[in-house]
Amino acid sequence: MCPLILCEDLWKIYRVGDVEVQALRGINLTIDRGEFVAVMGTSGSGKSTLMNILGCLDQPTRGRYRLNGLDVAEATRDLLAELRNRQIGFVFQNFNLIPRTSALENAQLPLFYRGVSIKEQRRQAAAALQRVGLAGREQHYPAQLSGGQQQRVAIARALVGTPSILFADEPTGNLDTASSREIMNILEQLNRDDGITIILVTHESDIAAYATRELVMKDGQVVQDTRRATHLSVMQ
Amino acid sequence: MPAFILLTVMTALRILGRNRLRAGLTMLGIVIGVGAVIAMVSIGQGARAAVQAQVASMGTNVIIIMPGSTTVSGVRGGQGGAVTLTVGDAADIKKRSPLLSDTGWAKRDVMQIVNGNRNWNGPVNGISPSYLTIRDWSFLSGGPFTQTDMESAARVALIGQTTLENLFDPGEEAIGATIRIKNVPFQVVGLLAPKGQSAQGSDQDDVIFIPFSTAERKVFGSQFLGSVGALFASTERIADLPEAVEQIREVLRSRHRLQSEQADDFTIRTQVDIGKVQEGTSQTLTIMLFAIASVSLLVGGIGIMNILLVSVTERTREIGVRMAVGAKRLHILSQFLIEAVTLSLFGGLIGVVVGIVGARLTTLIVGWPTIISFDSIVTAFLFSLAVGLFFGLYPANKAARLNPIEALRYE
Repeated sequence: MCPLILCEDLWKIYRVGDVEVQALRGINLTIDRGEFVAVMGTSGSGKSTLMNILGCLDQPTRGRYRLNGLDVAEATRDLLAELRNRQIGFVFQNFNLIPRTSALENAQLPLFYRGVSIKEQRRQAAAALQRVGLAGREQHYPAQLSGGQQQRVAIARALVGTPSILFADEPTGNLDTASSREIMNILEQLNRDDGITIILVTHESDIAAYATRELVMKDGQVVQDTRRATHLSVMQ
Repeated sequence: MPAFILLTVMTALRILGRNRLRAGLTMLGIVIGVGAVIAMVSIGQGARAAVQAQVASMGTNVIIIMPGSTTVSGVRGGQGGAVTLTVGDAADIKKRSPLLSDTGWAKRDVMQIVNGNRNWNGPVNGISPSYLTIRDWSFLSGGPFTQTDMESAARVALIGQTTLENLFDPGEEAIGATIRIKNVPFQVVGLLAPKGQSAQGSDQDDVIFIPFSTAERKVFGSQFLGSVGALFASTERIADLPEAVEQIREVLRSRHRLQSEQADDFTIRTQVDIGKVQEGTSQTLTIMLFAIASVSLLVGGIGIMNILLVSVTERTREIGVRMAVGAKRLHILSQFLIEAVTLSLFGGLIGVVVGIVGARLTTLIVGWPTIISFDSIVTAFLFSLAVGLFFGLYPANKAARLNPIEALRYE
């Protein structure tokens, strides 16, 4: 069986005026199903660029990216949208919930674009909210929820379409320590119990410690790739 | 897709509901435009119906021949000033124009009419036997003159609704009553059914008819026996009118011994000509209002486009999120198009109400007749839909073309 993510000599080059910026310089990477990968690195190391390409938000300038055996590098915009909808869930640093829209409707969003019936959308979104411990908060607006709760709504939204990968871009960046631990515990549980592949971008090593594999990036290249046998919670 | 459209419409309504003032101001142009269209069409149709009723009240396929003007020492009199038409003309026309089904004549003068202690100054018409048939007059009570009345110059009169109201107390029996026209006693034998305003705007019911023979001999005191105020003729079919007019012209020119270089000493008009003049007036009004409506719809459409561009900018992050979770370009495009169309259709709906109220008020205040047609409401709705789609397309396309990464990062 092919690996979930397979990158071969991945390059991303931006042109800002006359200056050429090489954000990614020949990344070779394989990620298997069920892995919990933390991507670390200073800002400008290319980790966000890598994340955008792996998350099908952007396309590489050069190289090959296969997601579930499908060559993504040449895909059309709409095919990328379709892939994001079915294969990928996103959790962002600033939550990115749609304001003045209930938690339930936020969580419904991926199913909404999948053309699922309204009744089924609501049922699955309610189940996803329950999964992240927000049963009873379905009708709350983002503004009525704490940061930790908002991020949990975002996780429910990422989960609702049963994706194969969950991308978390600094998911605890805007949260206090207690909420951060809550969020990381949910992610870890999803990885361990449901086998969802998680790719986590962070620059905090204690957050990265939840992962089973750690990639360190520098100047557009992966400079370090370490694996740990077990989850942090199991070690403790 | 149905779930998508339903939810998108709901979302659009919620977003518009949140910014009621903004939405209201945006819709204003459409409201005025659609309101103007509805009011315009109802006023136009009301006017047309009124004109048709007025033209129809003249009779059926009627031709009117008026005397021309006289010129005395270079001073020209007005139309009808000359006494050039006679009963003999009428008889000859009838004989020599096979297209005519009937001819008649009338002579009028304004006179003082008295009934008991009431009096009234109104037009008195001496009419030929066939006049009432040509002009399609019918009776509320009583009936027309008999052949004997005509031949014996009987002192009998038919009165119109306005004359009745001015000469008689309410409820007073007019038939059989004796009124005095220029001190000559007349017996009222018929009350005419009302016809309303003429195409020229005069009250057709302010009228008294007496036999032509009576008028000539006992009331008017004509200089020339047999001279008439106007000749009337009618044809079986409306299509025969133009040819009939030419035949009449030829007969009259030869009877009046006019040389080929001389102008007609009479004027011939048909019901169709009169209708055309009136419709021309209402058409001018329609074109003017249509211009107003077009400009309003254009301004309204630009307003919608403007507010949607603002909305796209304000909600860039939201668009980014929607794209990240799998919205395709068509999804984003239709979301903003649906918002635009919702705005314009709402504006259209309010505009329809405003237009109907406006038309009603026009009838109430100015007194113009208005007819609100279902067609104009449907057309106005389709127009507002088209405006929403057309002016929504640019902002919606702009939203759909956003780069998801940049949109997500937008502050």
